[in-house]
Amino acid sequence: MSALLEVERLDVRIPLATGMLHPVRQVSFAVSPGEMLCIVGESGCGKSLTALSLMDLLPRRAERRAAKLVFDGIDLLHLGERRMADLRGDRMAMIFQEPMTSLNPAYTIGNQLVEVLQRHRQASRSAARDRAVHLLERVGITAAAERLAQYPHQLSGGLRQRVMIAMALMCAPKLMIADEPTTALDVTIQAQILHLLAEIQRELGVAIVLITHDLGIVARMATRVAVMYAGEIVETGTAREVFERPLHPYTQGLLRCIPIPGKTGRGARLGAIPGTVPSLVGEFTGCAFRNRCRFAEPACAGAAIALDEIAPGRAYRCVLPAKRCAENALEAAE
Amino acid sequence: MSAPLLEARAIERHFAVGGGLMRAGRVLKAVNGVSLAVRRGEVLGLVGESGCGKSTLARILLGLLPPTGGTVLLDGAPIAELPRAALARRVQPVFQDPYASLNPRKRVGTIIGLPLAVHGLGNAEKRRADVEAIMDRVGLPARLSSAYPGQLSGGQRQRVAIARALIMRPEIVICDEPTSALDVSVQSQILNLLQDLQREFGLTYILISHNLAVVEHMATRVAVMYLGRIVEENETEALFRAPRHPYTKALLMSVLTPEPGLGVPDTHLGTAFPNPLDPPAGCPFHPRCPAALPRCTAEPPKPILSEGSTVECHLYAA
Repeated sequence: MSALLEVERLDVRIPLATGMLHPVRQVSFAVSPGEMLCIVGESGCGKSLTALSLMDLLPRRAERRAAKLVFDGIDLLHLGERRMADLRGDRMAMIFQEPMTSLNPAYTIGNQLVEVLQRHRQASRSAARDRAVHLLERVGITAAAERLAQYPHQLSGGLRQRVMIAMALMCAPKLMIADEPTTALDVTIQAQILHLLAEIQRELGVAIVLITHDLGIVARMATRVAVMYAGEIVETGTAREVFERPLHPYTQGLLRCIPIPGKTGRGARLGAIPGTVPSLVGEFTGCAFRNRCRFAEPACAGAAIALDEIAPGRAYRCVLPAKRCAENALEAAE
Repeated sequence: MSAPLLEARAIERHFAVGGGLMRAGRVLKAVNGVSLAVRRGEVLGLVGESGCGKSTLARILLGLLPPTGGTVLLDGAPIAELPRAALARRVQPVFQDPYASLNPRKRVGTIIGLPLAVHGLGNAEKRRADVEAIMDRVGLPARLSSAYPGQLSGGQRQRVAIARALIMRPEIVICDEPTSALDVSVQSQILNLLQDLQREFGLTYILISHNLAVVEHMATRVAVMYLGRIVEENETEALFRAPRHPYTKALLMSVLTPEPGLGVPDTHLGTAFPNPLDPPAGCPFHPRCPAALPRCTAEPPKPILSEGSTVECHLYAA
């Protein structure tokens, strides 16, 4: 199956007073139609900038470079702003963390939903309204027709995020990019929204790129996973591969940090990753994780380390052979 | 069983919302009749969603906010009658956001030593030595003593907040979402530190968190709050093994552990989120409850006590 989205060697650079910041470096991945790719990492790893790059919504000062950026057969690197605007909200849609800041407080829900279809499909107002009601019901909002007259502030956070999802679905997109869509929500509401997103992916066949810091969400949602650290993808694979047999020392370390009810002994010591993320200002070579890695070797400080693809879709970025990495994981767990 | 170290009896805190000169405001019952007891050496986890009143309750237990009803007892004595300083020596907070709870214009050493200065304990030299000792204990290098909070990472700032809370050697530390603002790799370091300190100083914790995996890991008992009430309380192990209140069940189902293949379960909760200003009649959880009975819409449930546990739900009424 050919990819819906192909990203090759994406770089984002932001000039700062202190030098050039390299928050996203050599990021490559592909998304197949209908799959759920989760990009996971901690704050500052470049996952949100990667998402914004795809939509060409980076901050003005930031510079995007890539060897290839193709969505649905369209070369996004050389697309004018007008045509990019036609694409956003149509074939590719985005959902952000805080629905209150992405919905316009001065317009009703109905107005904002209808506008999407009118803008992109020249649909009549009544046809757009019908679709809005249909989609609000689909995302689990009761009394959908009456809701159209409400303003965003009249809805709870969970309902607002459902409205955002309905809005993203208005033009039947092929790709949805969801950046921390449930981080601002309570846990029960988070589970409901994620359940809905998984249903939409499965039933409507929409491919979703889900950006999150939460490994629990990734394990439960992802078809495939990309782990980011300090601007680079350090490991990719299916959810099973990455969680059951993590290869990169960072992924392994992260997984040991999380308490799991029923598995981690109560009060037992949790794993930790000492140290902090290196500065990404200026040129960076070698492994970005080496200063926090217990398995670091002199070679880690050398040339840039390539993402080593050991099987289709399964890759990791480390100087050590995969077998050693897997053994290290067992050793560290003891 | 030993007497509780800190006890809340029928605590209520009502806020007047809206209203003005000529019209009556509405009443928000943020905490609506909460009774709790924490014994020495326990870690009580307090869980519930935003707006359920858990942070208001924390402020009441700290003596920072007077309750509109009920009493808080420390070692059997009402805290309302204790001098502020005496209470502060024994009960200390650690808040969620170390960015907001540390004065950005003060140096780390000054921030940590401030409680000593306020209470007039020791001379400058002794205080400096105490600050150095506690910084070392919480894992802050001594050189950071002259740094400003803005120069620290999130994890280091939370260590500063913990050092400041512990420098008075309190008996109880109330941690309100202590790791919510932190990355996973930093969160685990802070949780390990809190556990080490508890053992070393014989501390009693009240741990407020929306992260149930963290609560399960740390707490000995758990109280679940919903719209100003404690709807279930039990030993951690029993609560996680056999949750009783439908809200507790939904909360536990919503814990997404990093185990692939399990998917995201359907909690069957519905989308009727309650308005705290106009709470539903009967059981406040009934509009979202998948197991609601006819009487739940009319009659508020009463706490049902059995050995060491409480549940407030009609399903368990005799």
